[in-house]
Amino acid sequence: MTPPVLATRGLTAAYGDAQALFGIDVEIAEGETVAIIGSNGAGKSTFLRAVTGFLPAPPEAVRFRGAPIGGQPPHRIAAAGIALVPEGRRLFPSLSVEENLLLGAYTGRPGPWTLAGVYALFPPLAERRAAPAPTLSGGLQQMAAIGRALMANPTLLLCDEISLGLAPLVIRDLYDALARVTRDGLTVAVVEQDVATARRVSQRLYCFQSGRISLAGRSSELTPDEIARAYFGLDR
Amino acid sequence: MIGWVDALLQGLLLGGLYALFALGLSLMFGVMRLVNIAHGDLIILASFAGYALAAGAGTGPWLALLALGPLAFAAGYALQRGVLNRTLGRDILPPLLVTFGLSIVVQNLLLEVFSADSRSIPGGGIETASLPLAPGLALGWLPLLILATALGATAGLEWCFGRTALGRALRATADDRDTAGLMGIDARHVYALATGLALVLVAVAGVFHGLRTTIAPTDGPAQLLYAFEAVVIGGLGSFWGTLAGGLILGVAQSVGFRLDPGWGLLVGHGVFLVVLVARPTGLFARTR
Repeated sequence: MTPPVLATRGLTAAYGDAQALFGIDVEIAEGETVAIIGSNGAGKSTFLRAVTGFLPAPPEAVRFRGAPIGGQPPHRIAAAGIALVPEGRRLFPSLSVEENLLLGAYTGRPGPWTLAGVYALFPPLAERRAAPAPTLSGGLQQMAAIGRALMANPTLLLCDEISLGLAPLVIRDLYDALARVTRDGLTVAVVEQDVATARRVSQRLYCFQSGRISLAGRSSELTPDEIARAYFGLDR
Repeated sequence: MIGWVDALLQGLLLGGLYALFALGLSLMFGVMRLVNIAHGDLIILASFAGYALAAGAGTGPWLALLALGPLAFAAGYALQRGVLNRTLGRDILPPLLVTFGLSIVVQNLLLEVFSADSRSIPGGGIETASLPLAPGLALGWLPLLILATALGATAGLEWCFGRTALGRALRATADDRDTAGLMGIDARHVYALATGLALVLVAVAGVFHGLRTTIAPTDGPAQLLYAFEAVVIGGLGSFWGTLAGGLILGVAQSVGFRLDPGWGLLVGHGVFLVVLVARPTGLFARTR
């Protein structure tokens, strides 16, 4: 049996004295799209920061395809095949769109994604390839950030709030593009505040609440009532 | 009239040397926001290393330069990886203090090994060879070579930063170190490469400086000042700006010397001050 792409066991994280995660168990199988939902401060972004190596963790707390990677520096984890689309996009402002995309391929991991592939997925990016990244609209910037992560040819793609601050139509386009990517078998975890979007795009979802998992299950089987209670913590 | 033309041309040639001094400083500041106070002393250290090889070991200046290049790169990489990376953070004071300490260590080491005597790297005739242009006007071959090297180094750096994967990684890390980590970039390694590259420029500048004039162990801080002024005049983020800053500083000093033999350095500092007041970001700053 192949191990899950990502498995965390009792993952904890803290900023100084303030503990932000209290024992998170998450499993993501190959080819799966998993959504992580929760309100502000529930620990979703902290979870991604811990998985990508920005917060200390014991090695066994984070396993990637069975191998312990907890606490490794971010550049090692990136080279191992985890790519993150960070919250707020974080494009490199002094680089052009194309240079941002090329940086995504810095680790030189082999795989299907190339500049041409990203431009085919997001045609508007091709027209603005030479433009400085900060001159793009929010939606185009998010496309560039997703494209940059795909250029790494990751085994696991993590997306942190890609819908934040964007118009509903743009959000739909972005998730449609993401769906085309996942159809090809890429394993994806999306952090999302919008529950409806999260349910629509994922097979399974985890709901975080105050640094703990308050609900986990198949996205299509969970009732809105269950999710609402887990989201807001009404039964605690 | 010919005297003023001479002052202008000699100033441009002197500015070539200042530009070489400044490029390494500009590179380290641009990538890491690290002001290397020991920059001038490292230039003088390279001058003395060149002297020891060229005169002491008898290799002549060009072989010495060839040998010092890789050595300087390795030393720069080790310096950044072993010492300077630990000083980088939100606080800008630690790197200043550590490089200030390094500056004192280098000066005293040079005093201990080479004594306080002034010396010069023997150039085998190139230091006095010149190209006569008109009666009373001649350009030294060595200063011409230095200016050409400065132009080449500037073009090379611009190419490296603008067109290569390493340059992209350096700019990205300068922009946002955390996100660069997400791309698989190890900032400690990239910073060390930048300092290695900067010290190669320092080695070239140091050997040329030792060929062109006399060197003494305590000359470093003055070279740091010229380099710093050239960087600030040119503006940050552009190597062409740094080159222009060096040339402007050289011309200002040279014209100042022509006005009055006591005014050269003063006019140079004056131009620096005027630029600092009128355009604090420098003349050719690239917005970031």
